[in-house]
Amino acid sequence: MNRTVQKSLFFIVKSVRTSPSNFAAWRGLSTTPDPHTKVCIVGGGPAGFYTAQHIIKGRPDVQVDVYERLPVPFGLVRFGVAPDHPEVKNVINTFTQTAQHERCRFLGNVNVGKDVSVDELRQVYHAVVLSYGAEGNRSLGVPGEHLSGVYSAKDFVGWYNGLPYNRELQPDLSHDTAVILGQGNVAVDVARILLAPLDMLKKTDITQAALDALANSQVRRVLIVGRRGPMQVACTIKELREMVNLPGTQPDMLTDDFHGVNEALKDLPRPRKRLTELMLKALKEQAVKGAHRKWGFRFLRSPLDVLPSADGTRAAAIRLALNKLEGSGDEARAVPTGEVEEVPCGVIISSIGYKSLPIDSAVPFDPRKAIIPNTMGRVQETTGLYCSGWVKRGPTGVIATTMNDSFDTGRVLLQDLDSGAIDLSEARLGAQGIAPLLEKRGVRPVSFSDWEKISGEEVRRGEAQGKPREKMLDVQEMLSVAWS
Amino acid sequence: MAAAAAARVSVGHLTLRISRVAPDCSICPFNRLNVCRNAITGGTKGRALDRFRTPNRNLQTSISHYHLADHSNAEDPDDVVNVVYVDRSGHRIPVRAKVGDNILYLAHKHGIELEGACEASLACSTCHVYVQGDYCDKLPDPDEREDDMLDMASSLQENSRLGCQIILTKELEGIELTLPKTTRNFYVDGHVPKPH
Repeated sequence: MNRTVQKSLFFIVKSVRTSPSNFAAWRGLSTTPDPHTKVCIVGGGPAGFYTAQHIIKGRPDVQVDVYERLPVPFGLVRFGVAPDHPEVKNVINTFTQTAQHERCRFLGNVNVGKDVSVDELRQVYHAVVLSYGAEGNRSLGVPGEHLSGVYSAKDFVGWYNGLPYNRELQPDLSHDTAVILGQGNVAVDVARILLAPLDMLKKTDITQAALDALANSQVRRVLIVGRRGPMQVACTIKELREMVNLPGTQPDMLTDDFHGVNEALKDLPRPRKRLTELMLKALKEQAVKGAHRKWGFRFLRSPLDVLPSADGTRAAAIRLALNKLEGSGDEARAVPTGEVEEVPCGVIISSIGYKSLPIDSAVPFDPRKAIIPNTMGRVQETTGLYCSGWVKRGPTGVIATTMNDSFDTGRVLLQDLDSGAIDLSEARLGAQGIAPLLEKRGVRPVSFSDWEKISGEEVRRGEAQGKPREKMLDVQEMLSVAWS
Repeated sequence: MAAAAAARVSVGHLTLRISRVAPDCSICPFNRLNVCRNAITGGTKGRALDRFRTPNRNLQTSISHYHLADHSNAEDPDDVVNVVYVDRSGHRIPVRAKVGDNILYLAHKHGIELEGACEASLACSTCHVYVQGDYCDKLPDPDEREDDMLDMASSLQENSRLGCQIILTKELEGIELTLPKTTRNFYVDGHVPKPH
């Protein structure tokens, strides 16, 4: 290799050995060019990376640092997208390119709000973008929802996707019926993972623990319950088609739930029309199939309470109120009829929505909508503070929705840089200003190349099982591999 | 670091080791001065390097031959297809392309802001484009899976297609592809409302 490269490497190696704050995450602070404008992004998921991408592309003099609480990046692309949807995860290649850009730095294992405050970030960065998503979930608000056997879909999905926080979930899959509350794509993903043939699942990056639990699962019927009708269902056609085509399974829906739907078809906009047609087709064809595993929507039903087992320790059934619809289309409202039904089941998965939480008392937060109050991504009553993704808009939409939203915030931020709305007259320290704080607090960031070591090890472990990767479930283990 | 693909060639008593090494962009002055098109992040603009990447065995692309379409610089007039992209600000960008080119990757090659998050696997709608007028009929009907993903796109129109599914033929000479305005926050004329 040529002399210049050799010399630079020597310098870097020398600094690593002599100074603790020259961890990989800080490498290059003194050797690479130092763009004037410093932007910080909180959250290393799709919103964070797409916002970073837009800003880096938009101006040549901006450095973007992405802070992430976990040692591993990519947020819900890693922990939310179903294991049998690897194509959806291709977007990781785009994020990797961004992270490896010279003017981008990834700092994992840094908990903003705990290890460093948003105010401290705002002091050393010209602008801060909050893209930390939605880590909480909406609660059902019914008696019995805290019984063993009732899980949030967020936790269930986190469990089969290897989110460290959910690794001890141990869902009870010993009863033949599972009830999912909510009819969005997350609910359909959960249904599909519960019923998918093991042959399919074992070649994915689903965790080994989940695979073992599913291999022993007695679940044979999954009901996906929603309070309104077929034309209000929130899932999309791709996911529904996968359920309809899922080998070894058949639909199990109720004709009564589809009253009036055929007649309303012709007036529906294309996406809704195609989705409803597919549901009707599934309903029509379900009689001819003879599969042992069944799944089905149950419409016009709201949860009233979860009924405990005889010993009072677990969920044994769910009581549902039957509804009728008033109004139509998106505005239709579910109104109880007074009728009630009980469904015995062993596991209840509540898939009624994720929810953002406030990160820091200094950041405005709207507890009713559970988002950061903002106008087009500019956090209200502040300057230099922005938000993108679910924490800005609410926890709905697919990756493409978040992408567009992140580009919107990026556009607004770039405008503010151009117009002088963000004061760039003073140089700011950026990551160099945070390094001493973290060091003092005993926090060591994980760099992107550290993450690549974790990833390499996961891929290696997966190879032995014929899987794309075997995810590490323990943060300490991730850190020891990252810094080995 | 640079990925290396090596091969051994034996000729008589001599063994040549041929290594193909991916360019190390971090030391290149074009990259540092930000004048290397491949260095500008924007989805998958680094496509030129793709030949060097170990293929992800789980990468399911519906169109896997896109990278083969770009191996020669020689222009065969029979091969040329002229295409016009209309970007989100309304600018017309004429592009000289070839039969077999994929509209998504062609856009990337020319710095046009068309994302391809799922890399042509019919798992997203980020390469959504509007196809001008009569050219719609000249395209093969969309696969059911393409229609499923189009249903997710915002501002869906009759002439909506996914760019990653459009492969150029001579018949598509002069085709115009318009990028949809994706944002709902801005007025069409660029006016930005003040908070109130």
